[in-house]
Amino acid sequence: MTSKLDSKIPEGNLEQKWTKYRSTVPLVNPANKRSLEIIIVGSGLAGASAAASLAELGYKVKVFCFQDSARRAHSIAAQGGINAAKNYQNDGDSTYRLFYDTIKGGDYRAREANVYRLAEVSANIIDQSVASGVPFAREYGGLLSNRSFGGTQVQRTFYAAGQTGQQLLLGAYSGLQRQVGTGNVKMYARHEMLEVVTIDGKCRGIIARDLTTGKLERHFGHAVLLCSGGYGNVFFLSTNAMGSNVTAAWKAHKKGAMFANPCFTQIHPTCIPVSGDHQSKLTLMSESLRNDGRIWVPAKLEDAQALREGRIKPNDIKEEDRDYYLERRYPAFGNLVPRDVASRAAKERCDAGYGVNKTGEAVFLDFAANTIRYGKIEANKKGMHNPTEEQIVSMGKAVVKEKYGNLFDMYQQITGVNPYEQPMMIYPAVHYTMGGLWVDYNLMTNIPGLYALGEANFSDHGANRLGASALMQGLADGYFVIPYTIGAYLSKEIMTKPISTDHEAFVEAEKNVQQTIDRLLSIKGSKTVDYYHKKLGLIIWNQCGMARNEAGLKQAIKDVQALREEFWNNVKVPGDANGLNQELEKAGRVADFLELGELMCKDALERNESCGGHFREEYQTEEGEALRDDENYKYVAAWEYFAGNTWELHKEELIYENIKIAQRSYK
Amino acid sequence: MEKNLNLNLKVWRQKNANDKGKFEEYKVNNISTDMSFLEMFDVLNDKLVTEDKEPIAFDHDCREGICGSCSMFINGQPHGPKQGVTTCQLHMRSFNDGDTIVVEPWRATAFPVIKDLVVDRSAFDRIISAGGFISVNTGNAQDANAIPIPKENADEAFAAAACIGCGACVAACKNASAMLFVSAKVSQFALLPQGQPERHQRVTEMVAQMDLEGFGACTNTGACSAECPKGISLTHIARMNRDFLSAGLASNDK
Repeated sequence: MTSKLDSKIPEGNLEQKWTKYRSTVPLVNPANKRSLEIIIVGSGLAGASAAASLAELGYKVKVFCFQDSARRAHSIAAQGGINAAKNYQNDGDSTYRLFYDTIKGGDYRAREANVYRLAEVSANIIDQSVASGVPFAREYGGLLSNRSFGGTQVQRTFYAAGQTGQQLLLGAYSGLQRQVGTGNVKMYARHEMLEVVTIDGKCRGIIARDLTTGKLERHFGHAVLLCSGGYGNVFFLSTNAMGSNVTAAWKAHKKGAMFANPCFTQIHPTCIPVSGDHQSKLTLMSESLRNDGRIWVPAKLEDAQALREGRIKPNDIKEEDRDYYLERRYPAFGNLVPRDVASRAAKERCDAGYGVNKTGEAVFLDFAANTIRYGKIEANKKGMHNPTEEQIVSMGKAVVKEKYGNLFDMYQQITGVNPYEQPMMIYPAVHYTMGGLWVDYNLMTNIPGLYALGEANFSDHGANRLGASALMQGLADGYFVIPYTIGAYLSKEIMTKPISTDHEAFVEAEKNVQQTIDRLLSIKGSKTVDYYHKKLGLIIWNQCGMARNEAGLKQAIKDVQALREEFWNNVKVPGDANGLNQELEKAGRVADFLELGELMCKDALERNESCGGHFREEYQTEEGEALRDDENYKYVAAWEYFAGNTWELHKEELIYENIKIAQRSYK
Repeated sequence: MEKNLNLNLKVWRQKNANDKGKFEEYKVNNISTDMSFLEMFDVLNDKLVTEDKEPIAFDHDCREGICGSCSMFINGQPHGPKQGVTTCQLHMRSFNDGDTIVVEPWRATAFPVIKDLVVDRSAFDRIISAGGFISVNTGNAQDANAIPIPKENADEAFAAAACIGCGACVAACKNASAMLFVSAKVSQFALLPQGQPERHQRVTEMVAQMDLEGFGACTNTGACSAECPKGISLTHIARMNRDFLSAGLASNDK
């Protein structure tokens, strides 16, 4: 244990920690706020909400994003919804229950105090979003509608069709643009952060590259907030956007910020299966579909074989010959088990030979039963006593279309198959990363003045995130946590005058960035950046994906090291650095993934237990469930970086005072 | 069923904003019909890099039709021949073996070309900054269910808010007008009780900024809505025009 990791969790009862802390955290008076500068990297839910909120408070804010507009950050693609403990449905929800579900869903690897705070502020997020014009789905009475998500037995998910992330981000973005209009925020789109600047141990700014002109820029800030998202693209194929990257977080890590639980990655159970080598990314089919869809594979191997060879169609398989394996294995939660459990169960069936597409890596998500159920409800509403089956199906389809129309369209667009007629085929894919920069209760990394918010930090989801909780966490961090906790640091910085960017620390940092760029351009090897990215992705997917074991991880570490070596000797980056050069941008990002990949495998190898998304084949129960080792591994693994890609492990013990930890059961 | 296509491409190449630009021809072979249009471009770029040629710059990110980054003008239509999809969701099964495909950037004075198929759409952000928001500071909100909103209005506001800000409407319009984009935002807030206090000011200032950015006038041809990948309706333009007119009438600046 080391003093480098002080989680700064406030004293007191769980229920009072945040309220009390919030009321006692030092403040910065409005006049002083005007002379304090904050840099925010990333404009997704966490970044945009933080930028808007901090600028409203009077701070001088600069926001950087690599996309052409803040509105394009990948939060935009979140589909299903956002959780909040509003208990509008009167179905037994409460702050405590959301807290409990989240800790349990994370397989007891998250901090109690952080998660409780998240549950507490969840309700405010919905209020704030509605006030800023987010058009959530509503019932006919005009009140907000809810739906169910995995790992929970209440309906607490707010949504806007299958575009909840889009609507929430546009809400936060409009708040951000309003502050841009008032001059309180200066926006730097098409800019990529490439280095953190530290002076006397404190974070004092960044080096960014203007992607249009290629020029490097130095920016000072009293504090820097990294809201740069997760690192799922290390796998090459994931549901992340093409540009999503670890670079901002990784540069901070190499400057001394610890990286926590890198092996905790989320493989989402319902994605469109891989169809060929040409694929550049995978597409998620929202978890909300598991509300109304039933997941199955054939019960007989010969049927699975026939399906793969195209000799029969899914609808040819009789009801009794179908295996609804989630309902069979987990009767209490059924199709709504958490993501890690659902993904592993799909892999188990496909590995056993029951996969249903030509690659053998797909299961069915079937809406037929619920289409008929909805059709009957509609018939009742319309007072039709003897509707024909055709009428029922047609009315049912209309309901399904209203709920999930955009998702069904997207599925048909990509696969060329009509999901209203045939069950969807799905398979797990990389979706989210629970690990990230280590932060304390204030969301500050171990570098003073450097913060990490949203998916970029490790804080709230433990070893597995529940559906509809990422949007909640991003907005909680930005709207309701950082505006308070940043005072603890900035109240002591009011006497710090802006530091000139001619300071040697800025000069040195810029020189380092320039050297890396020059080096990438000078290799002039024979293989493209994508070639290396795809190779890295395959190594990590096969050895550090849904199932991991000691031998595989040891091999993967060697393979990643060798690939990295080859990359730096043989990658081909065309063009120069004096303008828009998308291959150069990719090369820099892949170079960082090639280091992160090694650390992920190291972390997975060190954690001799299975928990949440981290499934070590050596550690499982007789029924094939994850087997935790709370005695030896009930900690956050925070890795400190040393030059030459070596790391030292620091452990933050997790203390459970309010929840009795148990084997996670969804049976 | 999956097939492979051989295609001829004519792609707009332009070094930077000052360069005149011209079409270049490329051949791509063995393109699977399961690929997306952008994946076909990945194949082409991979080939160009390997042949020591400069790859084609284009904007793209989520590749699932929601971020609004991708912006190719394909065979004379923004986002290509299929209705209701963005370039990234356009699949090669929409084309035939031997086709010649012409690919250009969005063409509009207010969207200057940065390089090849990449254009500068920051004018849209500035229009939002001028008034495309509800002025509610964090922490000011009342309970989310305090104001019931009729489902019809909520649904219509949602339909307007589905705009992804890609700019296809501008590219489709012979006048390069941004009316559909601006009206979608104006309409979303005009339909919600939260948007009422600033309703008149919002429409006035957003329209003023739109004009300042150099977008053309609307002549009601409807190409914008027909080409919009999210099917944003012309009704929103009508609603904005009404609001703009009544804002003028109600103005205190006599």
